[in-house]
Amino acid sequence: MAWLRFVLQRLLYGAGLLLAVLVLNFLLIQLAPGDPADTIAGEMGGATPQLLAQIRAAYGLDRSLPVQLLTYLGRALRGDLGYSFFFNAPVTALIWQRMPATVLLVVTALCLAVTLGTALGVLAACFPRGLLSHAVTVLSLVGYAAPAFWLGIMLLLLFAGAVPLFPVSGMRTIGQAGGLLATAADVAHHLVLPAVTLGIIFMAVYSRLARAAMLEVLGADYVRTARAKGLPECLVIAKHALRNALIPVVTVVGLQFSQLFAGAVLVETVFNWPGLGRLAFESILRRDHPVLLGILVFSTLLVIVANLLTDVAYRGIDPRIRVGAKL
Amino acid sequence: MHAAPKRGGTLIAVLGNSPRHLNPAVQSGVVTGVPGTQIFASPLRYDANWQPQPYLAKRWEVSPDGLAVTLHLVEEATFHDGHPVTSEDVAFSVQVVKENHPFQTMFAPVERVETPDAHTAILRLAQPHPAILLAMSPALLPILPKHVFGDGQDLKTHPRNLAPIGAGPFKFVEYKPGEYIILERNEHFFLKGKPYLDRIIFKIILDKSTEALAFERGEAHYGAYSAISLRVLDRLEKLPHLKTTTRGYEAIGPLNWLAFNLRRKPLDDLRVRKAISYAIDRDFITQRLHYGRSRRATGPIAPDSPFYTDEVEPYDLDLARANRLLDAAGHVRGADGTRFSLTIDYIPGFPEQQKNIAEYLKSQLKKIGIDLQVRAAPDFPTWAQRVANWEFDLTLDIVFNWGDPVIGVHRTYLCSNVRKGVIWSNTQGYCNPKVDALLAQAAVELDVEKRRALYHAFQRLVVDELPVAWINVVPFHTLYHADLRGLPLSIWGAFSPFDELYWERPPQ
Repeated sequence: MAWLRFVLQRLLYGAGLLLAVLVLNFLLIQLAPGDPADTIAGEMGGATPQLLAQIRAAYGLDRSLPVQLLTYLGRALRGDLGYSFFFNAPVTALIWQRMPATVLLVVTALCLAVTLGTALGVLAACFPRGLLSHAVTVLSLVGYAAPAFWLGIMLLLLFAGAVPLFPVSGMRTIGQAGGLLATAADVAHHLVLPAVTLGIIFMAVYSRLARAAMLEVLGADYVRTARAKGLPECLVIAKHALRNALIPVVTVVGLQFSQLFAGAVLVETVFNWPGLGRLAFESILRRDHPVLLGILVFSTLLVIVANLLTDVAYRGIDPRIRVGAKL
Repeated sequence: MHAAPKRGGTLIAVLGNSPRHLNPAVQSGVVTGVPGTQIFASPLRYDANWQPQPYLAKRWEVSPDGLAVTLHLVEEATFHDGHPVTSEDVAFSVQVVKENHPFQTMFAPVERVETPDAHTAILRLAQPHPAILLAMSPALLPILPKHVFGDGQDLKTHPRNLAPIGAGPFKFVEYKPGEYIILERNEHFFLKGKPYLDRIIFKIILDKSTEALAFERGEAHYGAYSAISLRVLDRLEKLPHLKTTTRGYEAIGPLNWLAFNLRRKPLDDLRVRKAISYAIDRDFITQRLHYGRSRRATGPIAPDSPFYTDEVEPYDLDLARANRLLDAAGHVRGADGTRFSLTIDYIPGFPEQQKNIAEYLKSQLKKIGIDLQVRAAPDFPTWAQRVANWEFDLTLDIVFNWGDPVIGVHRTYLCSNVRKGVIWSNTQGYCNPKVDALLAQAAVELDVEKRRALYHAFQRLVVDELPVAWINVVPFHTLYHADLRGLPLSIWGAFSPFDELYWERPPQ
């Protein structure tokens, strides 16, 4: 029962958060100078005042701000995120079109970052004074400090330019006919560089975190007890230490989910990956407010879900954490 | 003699952004115009010498008084859905462009279009309009099928703009915004045997370094209006499989200039504007900042236009004269050597044409005692908002001639086009009745020589009054694969049908 109440409570918080995100972002976007009519006129090499007025009227930009906000909120509650100024298509359709690409990229990068990062961190912790440990420290610092777009361009120049192992841009070879398997292989081929770029940046965090947590756990009494029992070292690490060391990693996975999305904006732009991040970036440049708001709403939803899942994952890993329990 | 063109192959062309849609009748610009020109045919097309050539119209006549233009259409032309192209479609398309296209001057004088028979269309004009033939070019007057687009829906948001049907050399297959556009050969194209390519894929690539890499790797074969930096071009040109050309931008006439806000002191003083213009070393800009790849611009009309004259004040670098002019205008130097301060804006995203020149001007104007503050804008709408609402001192700007001066030049200088909130109108606030009279006359003068004389007089006048200081012609380059032949190198360049383009040796 406490479990259900906890989830409901979280969902309620989530709804409040969503509303706040909607209203705040709607107002924030209004602060940016220029509107879609300016961008459209810019694309066309000029426009007449009549045309500009027509565009503004067509998108309701001539109405007062509160009216625009209330109309938007009313529609959003019914699941209608409006129409893109630029493409003249429903925002939800645009988002659904682009979402699979982003989810594929982000999830692949996340898996890469968590598994590799944790493994490297654990290895480094087991040999805290070895060469590997130092290498992991340096690597993770560099990975953490390197801007995503720079890393992306460097990887591109290296593995698509100098050593042409991977394609330069996009998500698949355009117009290539083939079965499901061939398409999947093609997408996977295109996915490697962007996923590695995004993965490296976040791997840094996990390896540092896993290393620190592991070092701490390895010094704990119960690990000493396990060793004293005569358990083999690999079993001590895998069964006793690792599980506890994973808790901070899982916490950060949940927290970083939103940052991963932010990273996707840059990586998608560099690699021409047709995902939500690039759509968001382009929408800002075009002042395509409905699309931008839609993406923000959408990513808020994802973050809420991700955080909920993190809480659930805690329970699985550490039965001591009782949801809703008073400490 | 050229070898016979070969059929087959796919062309991968690069677009720098996602088009809103693919209907050039209601949307101008490169990303709509270049693919749109492949899908739609137009009454006329142009060669490399500014001469109109038959396209959908096999013949045409302009009446001696200039008030009627008769088009005789080819009989065998059909749209991609098999319907014949008729004079009704021409009349409909002229109406659509007249009502929806941002360049209102193109068809404003057209009162009605008569259709005496299925293959004759007569445009009746309220006044002579020498720009009318150029306005029937592929990118400006695409012939839309009336039976598809004439269903009463607003043309600007018509659903078929995203899945268009035309009579051009290539048929629309698929458009994925942010990814690609696929067109395939129109096997029933009215010019028999053409086009030669099987398919055109327009790949949308936003990032400049990614684009350069795609050309390097042979993953892209053709790119016009490329945003690749001039320095990177040096590297790309050395590759055996890549070539570049600067031809094909004659009609567009892209000018890079420094605009003055004439409402603000001391820029309302001609002596101050002249001083600034004399302080700019245009040769330094074209030879050093642009590595010798750009040309000087001398006035409002681009050098490749038939109406251009270079017999105007060239404003060669002369710092002493600039200083004298400022002294004479009463702007004495303060203790720190500064006379007054100004800010300069620039369009973000084209550093070689805009930001770098703004930085250069800062150091240059310092020499004549003007403290120039460079004000950056994070993105295009921010810049456009400032300039369109006259909230600037100086700004760098890139403006196209668009073929005929009536379409792309008049708008910057006419008193009647001072319109707050409209970018690329007369944002300088320049107004000279003499200029207005010259332009009004030139707009209706049918005799080419007389018209040229009017435009020469106009150029001398505005170059002397400097509402803007023209700097250089934007050095657009087209990158293309060395095995491509029959490139669209008319005055409209990439805004021409790719019906003669073919692979000498298609890449594997």
